[in-house]
Amino acid sequence: MSSQPNAQRQVYLDHSATTPVRPEVLAAMLPYFAGKFGNASSVHRWGYAAREAINDAREKVASLIEASPNEIIFTSGGTEADNLAIRGIAHARKSKGNHLITSQIEHHAVLHTFEALQKEGFEVTFVPCDKYGLIDPDDVRRAIRKDTILVSIMHGQNEVGTVEPIKQIGEIAREHGVLFHTDAVQSAGKIPIDVKDMNVDLLTLSSHKIYGPKGVGALYVRRGVRLTPQVTGGAHERMRRAGTENVPGIIGFGEASRLAKAELPEEAERLSKLRDKLIEGLLREIPDVALNGHPVLRLPHNVNVSVKYLEGESILLNLDRMGVAASSGSACTSGSLEPSHVLLAMGLSHETAHGSLRFSLGMSNTEEDVDYVLEILPPIVGKLRAMSPLGPGSGL
Amino acid sequence: MYNEKVMDHFFNPRNVGELENPDGVGQVGNPVCGDMMRITLRIKDNRIEDIKFRTFGCGAAIATSSMVTELVKGLTLEEALEVSNKQVAESLGGLPPQKLHCSNLAAEAVHAAIQDYYKKQGIDIEIKTEEHEHQEHGH
Repeated sequence: MSSQPNAQRQVYLDHSATTPVRPEVLAAMLPYFAGKFGNASSVHRWGYAAREAINDAREKVASLIEASPNEIIFTSGGTEADNLAIRGIAHARKSKGNHLITSQIEHHAVLHTFEALQKEGFEVTFVPCDKYGLIDPDDVRRAIRKDTILVSIMHGQNEVGTVEPIKQIGEIAREHGVLFHTDAVQSAGKIPIDVKDMNVDLLTLSSHKIYGPKGVGALYVRRGVRLTPQVTGGAHERMRRAGTENVPGIIGFGEASRLAKAELPEEAERLSKLRDKLIEGLLREIPDVALNGHPVLRLPHNVNVSVKYLEGESILLNLDRMGVAASSGSACTSGSLEPSHVLLAMGLSHETAHGSLRFSLGMSNTEEDVDYVLEILPPIVGKLRAMSPLGPGSGL
Repeated sequence: MYNEKVMDHFFNPRNVGELENPDGVGQVGNPVCGDMMRITLRIKDNRIEDIKFRTFGCGAAIATSSMVTELVKGLTLEEALEVSNKQVAESLGGLPPQKLHCSNLAAEAVHAAIQDYYKKQGIDIEIKTEEHEHQEHGH
């Protein structure tokens, strides 16, 4: 990327993409790279030290979602955890049925896994959402058949921030004897999660979204639920995920989980206020801007708007030059010719979806950051709209 | 992602706007696909005397639009028709591979504007269109 001659401030507003490792987390990890480098399976003091530290981290991660430590399987990240949950249950319960349910607005880690299972011969129902990105539990109820073996519906939507009615969906799945998985990568540490209260059988977590390191995640599997391992080659993680544990990563994830849980109530309130200030400011300062996602049932850190008559990448490049990091659901940023499948499922036109902007707030952000965005974005939009052949004044 | 020259044309685009009473107007792309360009031409003695563009699209779409206006200004219509999308990308020092397919339509917009001018003169010309995924994509 080119230099940023005009950047006065650095404002990172892409915390849903990834977060920095917190200093406390890094400090907790550092001893486990060189000094305490043991393999947790080894029968000697180096091994014991690693094992003990992993056990401690497992308790902290479990505590974040009110689970028991032995219900946590560490993985290489959220994507692997989603794969393990969905393929692992589909393969383990194949003799019980051939039908799976998910939604149209899942993360690709879930969506593409279900598409792969379709190619294996499974039948998959993709339930829709409403214009706010909200899934109707009754749609899930109606989709359940005698041969349904798994429902997977995400908790907090990663693009538009809508919080799905997981507890009700879990209740419906349980009534019908169907297992229920939820991807909680965006919601964990941001809003309270209690897997027992929410009727969840499997739940996906990721470390690097909560100020832990990249390359580590976890799958919660309720006690008694059997799944087929997807990575084989050892007895690690109670025979469910082979491979020498990423000890420093797991330690970091544990510490990040502990801090997230301790700070959650206060941080959720603080971020919600910043979020609402940013949303209100964008709608007030820029004409033809619409909020994407639910106005109330929304993750505390998510802001997503469509800026009409513009394409997202052109705005991101201008924001980056001014020191602001954000993301977009336009085709250019999705890596395909289609804009975000989530925005399209919500009924947005292609044109409006191309103009979407996501700002995801985090620990480092302040009111001054929000003020800065509200100061620099209107002139960027004005300049780009003057260049656009669409919209009022274009003569079309 | 983009090189300095692309960024320069994106942040400081040349010849933005719309000519009044243009001799030729060309519009290619579609907002549905995320890219749309509109070129207006002033033609004098078979040469492009003035040119302006308006573009809805990503960084590459805007940079290629700006670049093509510089490339064809002053050229004869025959010369301008020879300028290709590929040449525009090369003049910018290259584009990321994924952008060559979807956001590199600027030369076509110029060709369409020239075609429009000829049409107004009562001349029908065949415009070669370059192959790219954008057209095959079709919404």
